[in-house]
Amino acid sequence: MNKIFNINSALTIFIKDFRSELRTRYALNALIMFVITTLAIILFAVANETPSIEISAGILWIVIFFSAMSGMARTFVSEEERGTVMTLHLIAKPSTVFFGKLLFNLILLFLMNIFTVVLYLILIPSFIIKSYDIFLLTIFLGTIGLSAASTIIAAIIAKSNTKGTLYPVLSFPILLPLLMIVIKSTKSALEGIEIAKAMGDFQVMIAYFVVITAVSYLLFDYVWKD
Amino acid sequence: MVFKIILGIGLTLVIIAGIALPMVSNPSSFFELPVVPGLEDKARIIFFHVPTAWVCVIAFITSLIYGIQYLRTKEILYDIKSVTAAGLGFLFCILATVTGAIWSKFTWGAFWNWDPRQTSIFVLLLIYGAYFALRSSIEVEEKRASLSAVYSIIAGLTVPFFIFIIPRIVSSLHPDPIINPQGKIHMNPTMLVIFLSSLTGFTAVYYWMFNLRVRFSKLLYQQQMKEQE
Repeated sequence: MNKIFNINSALTIFIKDFRSELRTRYALNALIMFVITTLAIILFAVANETPSIEISAGILWIVIFFSAMSGMARTFVSEEERGTVMTLHLIAKPSTVFFGKLLFNLILLFLMNIFTVVLYLILIPSFIIKSYDIFLLTIFLGTIGLSAASTIIAAIIAKSNTKGTLYPVLSFPILLPLLMIVIKSTKSALEGIEIAKAMGDFQVMIAYFVVITAVSYLLFDYVWKD
Repeated sequence: MVFKIILGIGLTLVIIAGIALPMVSNPSSFFELPVVPGLEDKARIIFFHVPTAWVCVIAFITSLIYGIQYLRTKEILYDIKSVTAAGLGFLFCILATVTGAIWSKFTWGAFWNWDPRQTSIFVLLLIYGAYFALRSSIEVEEKRASLSAVYSIIAGLTVPFFIFIIPRIVSSLHPDPIINPQGKIHMNPTMLVIFLSSLTGFTAVYYWMFNLRVRFSKLLYQQQMKEQE
């Protein structure tokens, strides 16, 4: 087991990140403000119109995508800025660091998505969910897929010069298949389709998460080591 | 030298044949092409558009393989090959997109209508764009090489997902499923010969350009190394 990774060290890295997040609240504050601002702009733009099912499902994921892009970029960049990369190199294996960060991103993105969805449900009256099971599964699987892909891309951009701007550019082609399928699945949740008919979509989402996590695990060494 | 002359003559013949051979409803001799129902003369794009898209995919795969080779061996030569292939792939990708869009204007009525094929080539363009944006933002050579290799592997792995996802969302109007519903090639022999020689010709052009640019980049790299000493 020693060769793969140590779950306790991964948890330690997660707790370290979580504590430092609670102290600074950098990502959390930025994310909450980002979500509120984006939703306000959408509400101003939509004004008195009732957006159709397709549009409101799409907008929800646009908000989630760009909020994730503004918050997740910090995960590895902060280590570079604080100069703590060397310490992490010394105390932990690359895979441990990766899974610790993945866990942190997962929790952060979950909190953000719950906040976004609740706000969205309150503010946009035409966004009525008819099949909650599909919707909740979509949010769950979409979140884990999104955090898996954004963690490895965050690790890549932490080493580049233009960190913030490059992040959405690099992530979009990787996330596009996931975004397409979650938007479709959200649409079927709004239309009130039975869960049995949406199983294929969930299989694609699970496969996406597994493939991206496995590849990130295999390739993280090359990104992390200088 | 002989290779270049043969290639030149071959591709000239392909271009002449592809554009000039008449299309008749019942082809009786070898220099006549059959009429493709619904497309007529617009079907001639197959001789030029499909090979560019093919080369674009080949270049992407070459770049991916050299990227993996780089990660295994850490030889900078593989990185040079990988980025050269990606550059050429980007060029052919733009060519395929533009020829496809022009054809689409005259067949479907709009330059762009998010047909599955257009979506997939758009994603390929985005991946290439992101790849070069990433490369230009990293200064350290080894870091640039390994990060861009990692990125192209991850991007390459998401591409197969489109094969499963896109048919669930939209259906295609692309003539490939219309001409070959069973997935088998059954073209008129003359058409097939022109098509296959065009495919070979374009691949050979790609190979030639690839070698030229790799030689050029290698020399440039050696020059830089000398200047640093």
